[in-house]
Amino acid sequence: MVPDAVPACPLPLADYPQVLMAHGGGGHLMHQLLERLFLPAFRNPLLETRHDSAVVEYAGLRLAFTTDAYVVQPLFFPGGDIGTLAINGTVNDLAMSGARPVHLSAAFILEEGLPMDTLWRVVQSMRQAADAAGVQLVTGDTKVVERGKGDGLFITTTGLGVFEHRLVIAPASVQPGDAVLLSGDIGRHGMAIMAVREGLGFESTIESDCAAVSPLVLALLNADIEIHCLRDLTRGGLASALVEIAAAARVHIAIDANAIPVCAEVRGACELLGLEPLYVANEGRFVSFVSATEAERALAILRAHPLGAGACHIGSVVALQDGHIPSGLVTMRSQIGVSRVVDMLSGEQLPRIC
Amino acid sequence: MKFVDEYRNARAAERYARVIARIATQPWTIMEVCGGQTHAIVQFGVDALLPHHVTLVHGPGCPVCVTPVELIDKALELATRPEVIVCSFGDMLRVPGTTTDLLMVKARGGNVRMVYSPLDALALARQHSDKQVVFFAVGFETTAPANAMAVYQAQREGLTNFSLLVAHVLVPPAMEALLAAPDNRVQGFLAAGHVCAVMGYTAYEPLAQRYQVPIVVTGFEPLDILQGVAMCLRQLEAGRAAVENQYTRAVRRQGNQAAQHLLEEVFQTVPRRWRGMGDIPSSGFGLRPAYAAFDAERRFGLAQYATETASECISGLVLQGRKRPYECPAFGMRCTPERPLGAPMVSSEGACAAYYRYRRLQSPVAAALSEGG
Repeated sequence: MVPDAVPACPLPLADYPQVLMAHGGGGHLMHQLLERLFLPAFRNPLLETRHDSAVVEYAGLRLAFTTDAYVVQPLFFPGGDIGTLAINGTVNDLAMSGARPVHLSAAFILEEGLPMDTLWRVVQSMRQAADAAGVQLVTGDTKVVERGKGDGLFITTTGLGVFEHRLVIAPASVQPGDAVLLSGDIGRHGMAIMAVREGLGFESTIESDCAAVSPLVLALLNADIEIHCLRDLTRGGLASALVEIAAAARVHIAIDANAIPVCAEVRGACELLGLEPLYVANEGRFVSFVSATEAERALAILRAHPLGAGACHIGSVVALQDGHIPSGLVTMRSQIGVSRVVDMLSGEQLPRIC
Repeated sequence: MKFVDEYRNARAAERYARVIARIATQPWTIMEVCGGQTHAIVQFGVDALLPHHVTLVHGPGCPVCVTPVELIDKALELATRPEVIVCSFGDMLRVPGTTTDLLMVKARGGNVRMVYSPLDALALARQHSDKQVVFFAVGFETTAPANAMAVYQAQREGLTNFSLLVAHVLVPPAMEALLAAPDNRVQGFLAAGHVCAVMGYTAYEPLAQRYQVPIVVTGFEPLDILQGVAMCLRQLEAGRAAVENQYTRAVRRQGNQAAQHLLEEVFQTVPRRWRGMGDIPSSGFGLRPAYAAFDAERRFGLAQYATETASECISGLVLQGRKRPYECPAFGMRCTPERPLGAPMVSSEGACAAYYRYRRLQSPVAAALSEGG
């Protein structure tokens, strides 16, 4: 008997015989990679939900489970470093399912020649971030690769969280009429990284927003706010997060450009480079979907916390007459009052010529 | 943010829209020349504020879009040479050559760097004396002074490992080519504000005269564009054809003379092939003989390529404002920003990319919302 042949690679190889940077950019190409290569290979109901965390259930105990790899250059940037990112990013993925983050693992890939002091500083900031988020790092692994085979330091963290409520916080719970709340101004992390990257000749004091947002989520839950959906804004920015939710929930989300806070420095840098803040990465911001009647109370709770001081109501889920949108829709009312569609980013955002 | 917010004010935009509706008593077609203006129009929905009989058509002002395939093929060839580092602005990297693009060449190990200024490329040349650093000098008159400065400095420093692959193009000859076409339907122009900030606008005065077409030097914010349209319409309705300056906060009639002197020192006008528009006489910059040593085509003895654009791509018609991006059968189907058939789908200033990003999903629902609000 002939053994089952390995199925042909489902990505159009003629188009992409090699991996491009955009395959990791959080936009269309990355989604194509997930949909055509990873999801078919590992297909199962938990994976299909495509949340930041998988929700697994054992003997009545609901747990959130997630993993993330961190590669960033430079390793240290204004407002954080690869260590704070590795803790906060995974903590935030757990928090976005509504779980209380409890345990983390960490795997370090070190490049030969990495200064020990660098590693020490990163580990120290990881400890501080873990303490601040109330999580324990309980297991880990270390590997070293030859000089030139790594980029100094790569970190992967995996997280486990527990649910202390019975809400289903997911796109499927999004309802027409829901308010869309944003926890603060956008675009800081991406522009902070860009400003310190080699070759970009502008000076700025923009700091990354890198932070664990679990305290904000837990504050909402403790106040019995019925959260419908949460999503942290990472690669691909606010636009990609909303497009993903609209598509998964098959709803129309309408936002107002004038309601979205962007600090002057981020805006200035974006204007210069021809980038849209809507697509710039964040590491400490998230959107929450709550019923309109609870929006004011939820905003007050968010704003009472230093991390949510800039929280605001940026839009809502629109009820449609015919109730049918095949693939979800996000629209934004522009600064001059005209509505237009917001799409996910295609490939990397490329700075323009002039 | 200062100098931005005041030009994106919804109430002021509404006022302008009402003024425009009053001025325009008959159908008019106005072309915005610059890709930055096209992008702002589509991003903010400026065209939705205009009366139906005032049509904005998008011009050839996206530098990436008009760079001919053969020059991109030359950049691709250079990038595969082990001794060469090719530096380029970001939006050039994904523009397809005949078989591939610079990002693909980079993924295969080619040394391709994205830079924000030609002076960054110059710094790379100083750091890597064992490599040849080539800067892909694309763009209109706006980017030319910085490129001229890079070459000027390289010569003063005696750098022998820096060169330019020059693809510079000039706006007035392209406008003239459009106006001279027998089936031209453009009745007024919004000229590119940033180009005029460098060059001034005296070169447009004979065009306005000869072709009896109003030309308004216009900025890039929504209110700039609305004001530019209003000024252009006033001239059209009054039967006037003059050059006017809307963008007074950045543009003087004589332009930036220091920049012009530098351009004069380093560059001379040469005939140039435009993607989608063909050969246009005196429509580009090339290095003067005194700076010919910095010409990458000459330094590397690059072959002349004979190339054809994908037969399905109608970018030529889009660049001349004769077709809208969505009138292309490949638009959004076989041609997307990830897999572009033509350059206007790549650059953020390209009309096809702007329509893909902001208008592709324009469902009847969204259209109704847009009209309602």
